[in-house]
Amino acid sequence: MTALQHLATRYDVIVVGAGPAGMGAAVGALEGGVDRVLVVDREIEAGGILNQCIHSGFGLHHFGEELTGPEYAQRFLEQLLERDIEIATDCYVLDVAHDRTVTLMSPEIGVRRVAAGSVVLAMGARERTRGAIRIPGSRPAGVMTAGLAQRLVNQIGVLPGRRAVILGSGDIGLIMARRMTLEGIDVPGVFEIMTHANGLTRNIVQCLHDFDIPLHLSTTVVEIHGRDRVEQVTVAPVDDRLRPDLSRARTIACDTLLLSIGLIPENELSQKLGIRIDPATAGPVVSSAMETSRDGVFAGGNVVHIHDLVDFVTQESLLAGESAARFVTGRRRPADNIRLVAGSNVASVVPHTISSDSDHTVYLRVRRPLEKSWLRLGDVYERRLRYVVPAELVTLTVRPRFLERFHGDSLVIDIVPRDEPGRYEE
Amino acid sequence: MRDAPERITHYLCIGCPLGCRLEVEEDESGAIVEIRGFSCRKGKVFAEREHTDPRRMIATTVTVVGGRWPRLPVSVTEEVPRDRMWDVVKALRSVVIDAPVAMGEVIVADVAATGVDVVATRDMPLAEIAR
Repeated sequence: MTALQHLATRYDVIVVGAGPAGMGAAVGALEGGVDRVLVVDREIEAGGILNQCIHSGFGLHHFGEELTGPEYAQRFLEQLLERDIEIATDCYVLDVAHDRTVTLMSPEIGVRRVAAGSVVLAMGARERTRGAIRIPGSRPAGVMTAGLAQRLVNQIGVLPGRRAVILGSGDIGLIMARRMTLEGIDVPGVFEIMTHANGLTRNIVQCLHDFDIPLHLSTTVVEIHGRDRVEQVTVAPVDDRLRPDLSRARTIACDTLLLSIGLIPENELSQKLGIRIDPATAGPVVSSAMETSRDGVFAGGNVVHIHDLVDFVTQESLLAGESAARFVTGRRRPADNIRLVAGSNVASVVPHTISSDSDHTVYLRVRRPLEKSWLRLGDVYERRLRYVVPAELVTLTVRPRFLERFHGDSLVIDIVPRDEPGRYEE
Repeated sequence: MRDAPERITHYLCIGCPLGCRLEVEEDESGAIVEIRGFSCRKGKVFAEREHTDPRRMIATTVTVVGGRWPRLPVSVTEEVPRDRMWDVVKALRSVVIDAPVAMGEVIVADVAATGVDVVATRDMPLAEIAR
């Protein structure tokens, strides 16, 4: 997309990754007042995972209409091209140094060092694999992540097999159940170890029910069989402590096992850079400006925490890009003065700190589903929540007026059952 | 007869994560008598629509020759009746198109006589010359 030979030696902002987060950060940087922005991606084109997510359901929040993944990506890409943002594709970022020198490598230019006023990390996430959940059995071909199958089917034009069992009820797995069925692959069932489905109800209905694909809850794959290729898998129900009951195991003939068992933020570069990582999100600890613990290094999107909607990735990375530009032009916002702490039934909180002088969007991931709960921010604010599930982020806008009478330096966020009246109820 | 079980159809609401279990009851003529199980207006509207005229978006791919990728993602421009889904997918199986293609370009007009067009959902540039 960009002739790499014309690469400058210095940019105001360099963005690592040209997926939705990277493209959002680049646009945000320009809007934040800089003009020399470079976006680097190891793929042969910008767009990231959106290019293989050909189904619709993206963009309702950001564009106000329902788009497919490729359409969402291309709309953003057009904004980048209109604004002369440089995009280096087929290019790896090998290293980001403490002085923000970025080392690139590509077949076209070899290894090159480029200086950056600030850096935005937008590397996204990777799928968890078989190793992450240690499925016993042999190691034949045909075991792959749902996202890899999606790329094979939707971009490369290769079908992953003829009969595919899906483990995990995440949205990518559900989407692939439908996609493979439409391509003539038999899907005997989706198996989920938890008592509840991980994906959106919409996908349960439109990807499984519409095609009579059964969803087996509290059931998991306990063994993979086959020498060169998967021949069958053994599935078994699990108890309330997730232990499989092998006396009730059964085998299912298949040549493919798709895994849709979660995403992990991709933070090798961040770790090399010595950035503080939050064990709860597996992503960088960030301020309300999306700045990491390293001066001038910002982050946004799935590299920080796993989002459910691309629209929120965009929102967060526009902010990361704007902050990166402010860093370069010397217009940084005042430092945060309040630390946010994950409390009862809250698995993670992003950002990790906020300031009391402006509005902040805070993303929360709950641990357990709860019907009718209170969302409480220390003892300064509370709100009723109708229904929370781990699969859907809860968003909270913290406003300066909540904090008018607050003089502490940390606030605990709880999401607790609403079996007691609210603090401020009559 | 009015309460015969075959007159009640069940649906799972897709409006929010609550996933209400909806019931639509109809009389002998097939007219809706009552909708139950919803906890908001959205649910009631969804049940009625899903019962009388279920529709779906369809996204798939077609073969593209000479492009950056071998598959071109395409989508219907509006929802089609759910029971026509397979007709649309089958009509697209044999489609072969040459790159380059522009996003929004009509790939098949009035696909499977549904009155709905199928369009490309991205640009497909020509393949770069191999290094």
